[in-house]
Amino acid sequence: MSMQISGARLLDPASGLDQNADLFIDGGKVVAIGQAPLGFNPRQLIDASGLIAAPGLVDLSVALREPGYGRKGSIASETLAAAAGGVTSLCCPPQTRPVLDTPAVAELILDRAQQAGHAKVFPIGALSKGLAGEQLAELVALRDAGCVAFGDGLYSFQNSRTLRRALEYAATFDLTVVFHAQDHDLAEGGLAHEGATASFLGLPGIPESAETVALARQLLLVEQSGVRAHFSCISSARGAEMIAQAQARGLPVSADVALYQLILTDEALADFSSLYHVQPPLRSRRDREGLREAVRQGVIGSIASHHQPHEHDAKLAPFGATEPGISSVELLLPLALTLVQDGLLDLPSLLSRLTCGPAQALRLPAGRLAVGAPADILLFAEQASTLAGEQWFSKGQNCPFLGHCLPGRVRYTLLDGRISYQA
Amino acid sequence: MHLPNPSQLLPQMAAALRLHLQQRGIDQARFIGIHTGGVWVAQALLAELGLSQPLGTLDVSFYRDDFTQHGLHPQVRPSALPFDIEGQHLVLIDDVLMSGRTVRAALNELFDYGRPASVSLVCLLDLNAHELPIRPDVVGASLSLAANQRVKLSGPTPLSLELQTLADRELPQ
Amino acid sequence: MTPIDAKRPLQLNENGQLRHFLSLDGLPRELLTELLDTADSFLEVGARAVKKVPLLRGKTVCNVFFENSTRTRTTFELAAQRLSADVISLNVSTSSTSKGETLFDTLRNLEAMAADMFVVRHADSGAAHFIAEHVCPQVAIINAGDGRHAHPTQGMLDMLTIRRHKGSFENLSVAIVGDILHSRVARSNMLALRTLGCPDIRVIAPQTLLPVGLEQYGVRVFTSLSEGLRDVDVVIMLRLQKERMQGGLLPSEGEFFRLYGLTEQRLALAKPDALVMHPGPINRGVEIESAVADGPQSVILNQVTYGIAVRMAVLSMCMSGQAAQRQLNQDAGEHN
Repeated sequence: MSMQISGARLLDPASGLDQNADLFIDGGKVVAIGQAPLGFNPRQLIDASGLIAAPGLVDLSVALREPGYGRKGSIASETLAAAAGGVTSLCCPPQTRPVLDTPAVAELILDRAQQAGHAKVFPIGALSKGLAGEQLAELVALRDAGCVAFGDGLYSFQNSRTLRRALEYAATFDLTVVFHAQDHDLAEGGLAHEGATASFLGLPGIPESAETVALARQLLLVEQSGVRAHFSCISSARGAEMIAQAQARGLPVSADVALYQLILTDEALADFSSLYHVQPPLRSRRDREGLREAVRQGVIGSIASHHQPHEHDAKLAPFGATEPGISSVELLLPLALTLVQDGLLDLPSLLSRLTCGPAQALRLPAGRLAVGAPADILLFAEQASTLAGEQWFSKGQNCPFLGHCLPGRVRYTLLDGRISYQA
Repeated sequence: MHLPNPSQLLPQMAAALRLHLQQRGIDQARFIGIHTGGVWVAQALLAELGLSQPLGTLDVSFYRDDFTQHGLHPQVRPSALPFDIEGQHLVLIDDVLMSGRTVRAALNELFDYGRPASVSLVCLLDLNAHELPIRPDVVGASLSLAANQRVKLSGPTPLSLELQTLADRELPQ
Repeated sequence: MTPIDAKRPLQLNENGQLRHFLSLDGLPRELLTELLDTADSFLEVGARAVKKVPLLRGKTVCNVFFENSTRTRTTFELAAQRLSADVISLNVSTSSTSKGETLFDTLRNLEAMAADMFVVRHADSGAAHFIAEHVCPQVAIINAGDGRHAHPTQGMLDMLTIRRHKGSFENLSVAIVGDILHSRVARSNMLALRTLGCPDIRVIAPQTLLPVGLEQYGVRVFTSLSEGLRDVDVVIMLRLQKERMQGGLLPSEGEFFRLYGLTEQRLALAKPDALVMHPGPINRGVEIESAVADGPQSVILNQVTYGIAVRMAVLSMCMSGQAAQRQLNQDAGEHN
């Protein structure tokens, strides 16, 4: 179906494009910018004057909860939530039930995502069978089934020798490994960042060193094996510095941060609200500053929602007995725009961390607004606002931002030239 | 409305109490005042009677039946009975008798200390607003007030009475 | 971005009276003083032949202990009984949770039995807050210890002990010795002492037993017992749990006693009339030697007596604060 989007300000951070021009779409792709192709006769016209057209957002971590956790979310519900947040491409972590360690699970996820049609899903496969950190999963078979990268989540490969071999195997086939840097022993039993707030509340702490010790070990093995690596959900300033140093030494490493880590700190825990229970934990103001700086400099090239929807009961217990995670993918754009509002980033830089940055990190065919690229497009009003929770598609209500008035509003999300969400 | 001067009521109260005890054949009585006004009246009454015996004091806050409506008085003073009340004749003294609930609470509290032989009740003022079958044996003066009026005793020396008018919202439902 | 559910005084009613007793954080000095005054009055009741007053007659107090503690549970039971309340005590650790019932459901069931007050002990920090906020806001919740977070009635009974023996807090030096890291008693004591105006609060422990961020309590940190004890007026010893020997926090009980155990010799460094306190149960020969625990400066048993009075004060103040709040809600309802 052909479409003309007229009057929008086009912003493509990958190419530096920033101009008011019309967009012409046909066959699911952008066919022209500015001047209509000869004989172009759009079947659909979107008047986008006053709106910004950007590549659809790319989110490196959205837990879909399917298969296995139907009470928390489904592929249909969570991809629709993502579309409402301006997302067109997303990666889902392998913590499903059964674990995403066989091609069958990957195929199931991709089939259901296709059926739902709200967003493109790129699964991240398990690095080890059952995420147990002992035996390698069939990485090549998983790649052939559609997995774009491999990771084990927070606790994996306690044995350094096994980890080294896993990385070397992945390097052989030029696969990307996704790390969550948290040392199992240093973090064990911990519930919150080890700092004044956790001490005051009597919550067992997770020290900064839980991240940095794991990161040091992982970086050294990445260097030795030469594997392509992405570090997910960096939470400390010191951790971000270590990534910067590794990049400066020419290591092929990228990193992302959870959007909520750029907004919240551990001080939010003061009332024991389980909505702020996340892993790795919310850290100090100093850490938030360091993370913001790393995002500004591009050391951290991606901002992800780290969306983790939960059923009501999962958060209805004393802090330590609740499950960690925040449901926020459907606020990705407006929440991210608070960073622009607060003067931390300009709009093109922010969009780069939400589009081409993550797409490059995991080599996804997404995140660009250019002739010939898929017409995955986000149209939003920068000056309008979003009342968080006014509508809610995710099954997880576990979002501390509900009720807030946030800047910007998604008007259209287009997936392959088709409207997947409209407000 | 004209309120009596407490010091003028005391000689007549002392005489009435002496007569009351005499009629009952009580020659040794123990005196107990209810915090705070009742203690002041009791002290003045003991002086009027020329007695120097120790005075018991009661704070009935822990015994009130309106605790869940009005809450606990923050400054509860300890009750102190410097004598054994078992088998004794007691004279219980309060400043103003209104509903009778304070006296009811005081009697309850007293019986937690022991079983007295008798209890006589002395009040400076009786406001004729009884909600319980409790009447003073000796009273200084009797008067009736409007629903929004209260009497407050100040002391300990000199004792004086003051009329207060409550705002509507302070009136009991 | 400020969280929308930013801090509000969960444990106070609209008039600023206690309606739950969860933590000493955020309670003003006047309120703590009122609590101590009320406890003083209840101490006198404890000295009577009939140790019972009818204040909570007809009310049901439910002790729900998810963690075992004979002593704390007993003093709460006694406090409630002396106020004439009906008391039920449940050791939930051994009953419903092993059948998979959640904390939420356990308490909702008890609430349905028309309990007016829950006294709760739980191994999770913040459990009492959770119950007061999400489970049964209309029932007064008394925190009898939650994880490492708070043990506010213990904190206040320690304050009553200090005030009755030292008169006030204005010129005192108080040392808290031992496992500060895992101690809810230490946290409640530090908060109470600061609120009540104690100018010199010291904590004494090896680094493995000290939490980070102690400066927020306004305390001075010592790692040497003899330096920290110098000229103090009060020494509060903490209980050392046996499991602390595992995981590298301490080498042995023997070495801990050698370095941080309170002996007569060490106590001599404190002021001659210094008080020795301990929340109990004591480990003789681990954190304190018998000669000190049973010695003339020890007020460890007085603490137990004062504990009942403090708990009577807390129970009655919270019950009255909840009643007042219900009245306020009712009045507001009538006006709408």
